[in-house]
Formats: sequence, structure tokens, C-alpha cells
Amino acid sequence: MQSFSTLKSRAVKILVDDIDTDQIIPARFLKTTNKLGLGTHLFSNWRYREDGSANESFALNQEAMQGRSILLAGDNFGCGSSREHAPWALSSWGFQVIISTSFADIFRSNALKNGLLLIEVSAEQHQRLVDADSDAEIHIDLQAQTWQLDQEVVVAFPIDAFSKRCLLDGLDQLGYLQSFDDSISQFEKGR
Amino acid sequence: MSQVDKPRTLFEKVWQAHVVAQEPDCPAVLYIDLHLIHEVTSPQAFAELATRGLKVRRPDRTVATMDHLTPTQPKKLAVLDDSAKNLLDTLERNCQEHDITLFPWGSGSEGIVHVIGPELGVTQPGKTIVCGDSHTATHGAFGALAFGIGTSEVGHVLATQCLLQERPKTLEVVLSGTPGPGVGAKDIILGLCAQIGIGGATGHVIEYRGDAIAALSMDERMTICNMSIEVGARAGMIAPDETTYAYVKGRPMAPKGDDWDNAVAEWKTLCTDEGAQFDKTVHVDVSSLEPMLTFGTNPGMGMGVSQSIPNPKDAKSLSEGDALTKALSYMGLESGKPLLGQPVDVVFVGSCTNSRMQDLRDAASILKGRNVSAGTRVLIVPGSAAIKREAEAEGLDQVFKNAGAEWREPGCSMCIAMNGDALEAGQYAVSTSNRNFEGRQGKGSRTFLASPLTAAAAAVTGKVTDVRTFLSESK
Repeated sequence: MQSFSTLKSRAVKILVDDIDTDQIIPARFLKTTNKLGLGTHLFSNWRYREDGSANESFALNQEAMQGRSILLAGDNFGCGSSREHAPWALSSWGFQVIISTSFADIFRSNALKNGLLLIEVSAEQHQRLVDADSDAEIHIDLQAQTWQLDQEVVVAFPIDAFSKRCLLDGLDQLGYLQSFDDSISQFEKGR
Repeated sequence: MSQVDKPRTLFEKVWQAHVVAQEPDCPAVLYIDLHLIHEVTSPQAFAELATRGLKVRRPDRTVATMDHLTPTQPKKLAVLDDSAKNLLDTLERNCQEHDITLFPWGSGSEGIVHVIGPELGVTQPGKTIVCGDSHTATHGAFGALAFGIGTSEVGHVLATQCLLQERPKTLEVVLSGTPGPGVGAKDIILGLCAQIGIGGATGHVIEYRGDAIAALSMDERMTICNMSIEVGARAGMIAPDETTYAYVKGRPMAPKGDDWDNAVAEWKTLCTDEGAQFDKTVHVDVSSLEPMLTFGTNPGMGMGVSQSIPNPKDAKSLSEGDALTKALSYMGLESGKPLLGQPVDVVFVGSCTNSRMQDLRDAASILKGRNVSAGTRVLIVPGSAAIKREAEAEGLDQVFKNAGAEWREPGCSMCIAMNGDALEAGQYAVSTSNRNFEGRQGKGSRTFLASPLTAAAAAVTGKVTDVRTFLSESK
């Protein structure tokens, strides 16, 4: 897994609450044996019109948004289906960090497997980010667990120790699980 | 009081019995008893195993079926397209290579993954059950700890039979009272969704408790647990009781003989101890519920059938108001108006939420001797091949066909609309499935979630209807 330490980027704002994984990537794009290239379908139903042309009013289609690595989203991001295609599509588009007031459980777990950092902020902090100029840069430091909007105050964010370690070291979670092989065998014998 | 004597919840008992190891500041290594897999979320996991040269640790604890992409048209079973066919073929190949039991499409044993697990008797109380599908919570109806996982985790379980899991919090949902006529399990869970919202149980495992739960059949309990994810819950559980044992007994993969007696003795310990603490409690009085329908674009945007569509100005917060405005614009609905009488293009009875015998019997009870409204397309999709056979043995297929409904082969069908069964853009459906998200049932689709009874009533009238008018009507 790719590791993450610091990032400086402007944010793409999609300020809708309860963005479900069917919006992040509709089910018709799940018919693949691959993880790659799903960024083309990210937010497909909002991003493209019925005839397939780009909906220019949608953030991802705007020139200024290209190359940005932070997504600022509404509350309860990633609810619904367990499809890991959602973080695959977000990463494929180029997002490395998602900021919201809360995240759905399965999405959170899937994001961590793919090196995508989720930053949970308070409603007040969220509002500051929403109100900030579109060109304001956000500086994220995972080791310090902080984000900073331009030259404003540095703000701490919570993350559990294991997730932090996974992201900083690019820890292979399957490898970690395999290191318990003896304990697993022992457990199986006891049943 | 010692640690051993400390009263524990049902969840804690199942959780603690499956923790293999836990290092400081790390999630638990949780043992998984049963891993269900299907064609859509498993290929990249098998590819990861191949890349690493790993085998499936416990093929005997892995069960596969095909459901999301399988066609449901009777007698002309053509797979939608090459990519769908590739996924079905890939699953078959992976199961062969790793010696995993597969219930393939067209074999007569297939069905929706969350329908066949219980049907086979492989879903049992006290087990940990996972699947790359968020509706895995369905199996919690048996007192199992069952939850949806992503594809990376499917790989973890295939390789190690374990998962890394942070221990969730617990939420007690106490259901009391007796539901009125026309109100069933689907209305209860849609009522909970409307009451606590789609993020209301995030980070929690729900235990559904109370008299109203004890009175429910297994089919009804599965409907409720199935939609636990729609309030954000990690899982939903119901303590096993005589209803549970009676359902499991005699099923093909259920314990037999002495093993059965031992299993039941163990299952009897699977209840929340007196005095055990939940992190949160919610009460629902089911006697106050009407038949429920959703009007918006998530399962929390629901109301009783006689209610009017809410006004965004009355929302609790600005963002909730915005979400409602956006939802009503997508749905083409106006606040302040009733949903009753809203024309419906399609009625779908099916999905892992409502495709079991009781659901089909409910739908048939309304459709019997009546006709589907001209201009309304009605699809009835049984949850499994076994349910299809049972329904046909009861003559339900004839009831549906005589009414003018389409009686289909089993599968997920129009719930996720990946197999070609889909709404056209702008069409309205009353659907017994679990999600009314934008585009869920096809790009531009507009969904009203409801019970099989309410769906069948809409099939007859061609519009959103209070099923209670049918129940009081003598035929």
C-alpha cells in the first residue's frame, strides 16, 4: 500500500450530505475484474449528462479543480454499499484525502486499505473549510495529525494509532494478519 | 463482580468468542466462521491471492453464489453483456481452483447470497459471517454477528479466515407494541430509518429487542436486520429463540443428531444478560406505525402512507433542508403534497430484503383475483431457486401471472439494476428493495421503498396506495 505523510493541496468541494457509494460510483461500473481506471466513472451520474457530455457545473469538470487531491464533502460520506470500487475510483481520480464531519463504517475501512486518509472535523471546522476561498491551500501533516488552512491556525484531527501506522508506513494489512498464523491455527484447534 | 460474571450483551458474547489476538493499539484479529462470496466483489480479492501466491485457508468455510449479474427473464437467460459474463466465469474459475462450493446460476440451488445462507442452514446463531456486500447484516436475524466488507477484506478472509476489526459500540433498539393492519417488518425498519436517520447507528452494532421482535417470523426478522446498514449500523442482531431453532432445524447444512442438541444448548446462552449495558438505546412503538414509504433519495427520507411530503423549511438543519430540496427535485415531488395517488410505472417485489416466502405470500394476498393496473409493469423476483419452487408449489406463480405480473428467475435484479432489470430514467417504482438512492434502480430511476403489501397494492392501482383499503375490502 502507498504510504502517506504530508500533503499540500487545494480542495474540491462537493458539499452534499450523505453521499452514498452509488453516487461515488454507480453499480453499472462494477462489472470489472480490475481496480484501476475507475476515476473516469467517479460521480458519473452527477458528472455527465444523459447524452454523456460533461456537466460543466459539477466540480470535477471544472478546469480549476483538476489536480486537486483533497475532497471536502458533506456529512456521513460513503454510506450505503460496501463496494471498494468507491475508494478505488476516488484514488484513481487523484484524491488522497477526504474531509467530512463523519464517514460511514465500511467506507472508512475500505479507504484505509487504499491509502486514502479520512479526516473527520467538527461542524465548526467544516464550516470554516466550506467558507474558505476555493484557492486556499490546505496543508496536512499526518505524523502531527494536523491540518492548516493557508496561514491560519493549525488544527488537530483524530485518527486511531493503527490507521495512522498503516498510512504512514504503507503497512500491508494482509501481511500483518498473516503474522498471526500460529494463533489462528491454535484458535481453530480449540473449536 | 469478576470479569467473567460481568453481564454481557449478545454482541459481546459473539465478539469475545471470536477474538484470536489483539495487540496494543491495534484492531482485534477476529475469526470468521462463514465467508459468503459472489461474482461482483470477489475477483480482485482472488487476484490479490494469486499475486501473493496464497491459497484459500478454509474453502470449507467459504460458500459462493451468483446473484448480482444473473439474468432473471424466464427461459431466455442471456447474460447482459461480456463484462457481466466475464465476472460470472471468473467466479466459477476461482471456485474451481480453490475448491470452494459454488451454487451457480441456473443450477437450481442458486439465489441471492443472503437468502441462500439461511436457507441452506449454514447461517447459524453465534457465528461470525461476512460477505463483500453491505446487506450481510441480514444473517444477524439468527443471532450471528454478520457484516459487509470490502474487497481487500474479502482477500484477507480468503487468505487467513480472519479480519482486522475495531470493536464497534452497541445500540439497543427496543421494539414494543403490536403493529396495526397492513404494517409489517418492512414498515418497522423503514420507521426506524425515518426516526434515527441513515447515519443514526454509524459505528454501532444494533441488537433488536422487545416483544415486537419476539413475535416476528424469521423471514420478518431478516427483513429488519437486512436494513441495519441503512441506518449506518455495522451489523444488526436478534437473539436466537425457539423460532430461530425451528427455522434452522433440518436444513441441509444445519447440525444433525447430537451435534444439533449441543448446538441448541450453546445457542441458548446467546442472549443479552440482565444488566448488560448498551452504549445507546432507541425505542420504537410499532403500534404507532402506518404502512411506510420513502419519498426521497435515501432510506431515512420516509413517512407513513397518509402523511404529506415534508417541507425543507421545517428541516432540523440547513444541510438537512438542502438535502431534502435536492431529493425532492430529483424525485419530481412537491413538499406539502401527499404521496398517495402518485402514479407508479413499475412495481418490484424482490431483493435480499423482501424476496422470501412470507413476502411473496403477502404480495399474492393482494394480487389474488385482481389485475395489475394497465401501464404498470410488475416484476416478482424470488430470492432463490428454492423459494421459486416453493412458491410454485403453493400456486403463487399462478396468482402473479393471472394478475398480469412477471414471475422471474431468482437474483438481485432491479434492486441494484446490474443485470439488465432496470427502471428507465424518470420512471417511478414502488420497490420492496432497500435503497432509494439516486440512480440505484437504473440511471435516473425514482424509487419509493415499501413493503410487499404496499407494493402489491400499488401494482393493482398503478399508484401509491394505502394497502389498508384492500385489507378492509371484501373480495
